[in-house]
Amino acid sequence: MIAVKHLGKRYGEVIAIDDVSFTVDKGEVLAFLGPNGAGKTTTMRILTCFMPATSGTALISGYDIFEDPMEIKRRIGYLPETPPLYPEMTVTEYLSFVAKIKGLSKSDQTTGLALSLEKTGLGDVSNRLIGNLSKGYRQRVGLAQALIHNPDVLILDEPTVGLDPRQIIEIRELIKGLAGEHTIILSTHILPEATAVSQKVVIINRGRIVAVDSQEQLSSHVRKSEKIALRLRRGGAETPQKLNAIEGVLRVTPQSVSGDSESSYLVESNLGEDIREQLSKTVVESGWGLLEMKPLVLSLEEVFLQLTTEEQGVAEATPENKTQLAQ
Amino acid sequence: MKNTFTLIEKELRLYFISPIAYVVAMVFLAVSDFLFYNQIQYFSGLSLRMMQFQNHLPELNIHDAVFRPTLFNMSIILLLIMPLLTMRLFAEEKKEHTNELLMTSPITITQIVFGKFIAALTVYSLLLLLSLHVPLMLSVAVEISWKPLFASYLGLFLMGAVFLAMGLFASALTENQIIAAVISFGILIGLWMVGASAHTAGETTLGQVANYLSMSGHLDQFVKGLISSRSLVYFISMTALGLFLTHRVVESQRWK
Repeated sequence: MIAVKHLGKRYGEVIAIDDVSFTVDKGEVLAFLGPNGAGKTTTMRILTCFMPATSGTALISGYDIFEDPMEIKRRIGYLPETPPLYPEMTVTEYLSFVAKIKGLSKSDQTTGLALSLEKTGLGDVSNRLIGNLSKGYRQRVGLAQALIHNPDVLILDEPTVGLDPRQIIEIRELIKGLAGEHTIILSTHILPEATAVSQKVVIINRGRIVAVDSQEQLSSHVRKSEKIALRLRRGGAETPQKLNAIEGVLRVTPQSVSGDSESSYLVESNLGEDIREQLSKTVVESGWGLLEMKPLVLSLEEVFLQLTTEEQGVAEATPENKTQLAQ
Repeated sequence: MKNTFTLIEKELRLYFISPIAYVVAMVFLAVSDFLFYNQIQYFSGLSLRMMQFQNHLPELNIHDAVFRPTLFNMSIILLLIMPLLTMRLFAEEKKEHTNELLMTSPITITQIVFGKFIAALTVYSLLLLLSLHVPLMLSVAVEISWKPLFASYLGLFLMGAVFLAMGLFASALTENQIIAAVISFGILIGLWMVGASAHTAGETTLGQVANYLSMSGHLDQFVKGLISSRSLVYFISMTALGLFLTHRVVESQRWK
């Protein structure tokens, strides 16, 4: 559906993106993940034919961005970072204008308008001036604008930025609902967002792709060990030692203690080795009182940090930090 | 064609939603009516004196005595207010990021430029039509020669087209409306005054070029009642130049 080949863009001396390549299959949602200024918007602008690339090319639905920009523009819905709205127009006026310049026929304009209003839940405000709408509603109008000509491909640049948590959830649900029917590329610098909506993640930093993979593969790719979080009622001073004695255990790190008597540990073992059975047996036999035992899959957040930061220390995010960030 | 029409419709809608078109029309009509009033007062005084001295009905020409000076002065008011009609056109699209919508839709830059230009030209034509109320009212009392008046208005229309094309170019250069207005003032006043340097340069080639480039000279031809092909070509090619430059600027901004 979308094939990006060695895309590069320089602004004078500054290299915005360099040798970016990835593919997206039909109906897939791809999240473009990276810190601010990584080159996400530049890549999206090139794909939407807003600006030309300085090297490389991309194919969308079989059309080349350099040779058939008009065909691509007909097949793409684009929501820029700032929704492109005319505040002086009402929602309906605006969407009819967009339907017309997207080249829809008269009957398609009417159905497209009705459908995009319905999908984005804008029915109630369709006759209000865009300038009087709240940020969340404006974002929806932006999304409705991208959807109106029922495009094969949707390109959404930071679709949830600046929204309140409830609105973020709504927009994410909306995007999930659109997947399958449309192929979607969205950019974000928030990790949980990528986890929440996409099947495939492209991590980009300083204009270069750091990793392209499905979310599961990506985490196993970076994982150096299996991690298990253990919480005990009556752990003693000898506990780490005893746990370390279990075959396959690499390291046992005591974690901060929450209650007066409770203690928790992070047990790391060789990759691909399941030590849970042995672990539970040891705990029960020693009478420490097993409260909780859960395997930790590295969240995308940690993957992202590991891949995009040089500091190794930051990558070793503790489970507590992780849950904090995920909220 | 359909796309251009859609864009014209959108620009016109924005013109009449915002107060700009109304304010510009009001100021233009108020000032030009004032100029007309003064000139008509002067003309009637002159006619009376002529009647006393020569003891017969004056053979004064109302076109030369009223319309020619007034319409010529009107062009200076237009010089001052026309940038207000064009300053928004591209600057605001960039500021509101709506250019991203236009540039990623299946429409061409030429269609965008023409859409904006024709919409502005429509508003300007409305202004000119409204200002026709003075000759219409006068036609009740005096005999008006309509042909030179038509030529004058054609001249004003063509001159306005140049103003708008240059204003569009200025608007494409920036995302700040004030800067766009100031740049187009600069261009228009420059085109207006280049004739002054023709006087100092005299009969040299430079003087002739400056003379040809000067807008006021060409407008004067039309306002006199003369449709000269030389001036027609001048106005049309200056408009085309403005639109061409606009197209180039919009296109080049994709590369930045």
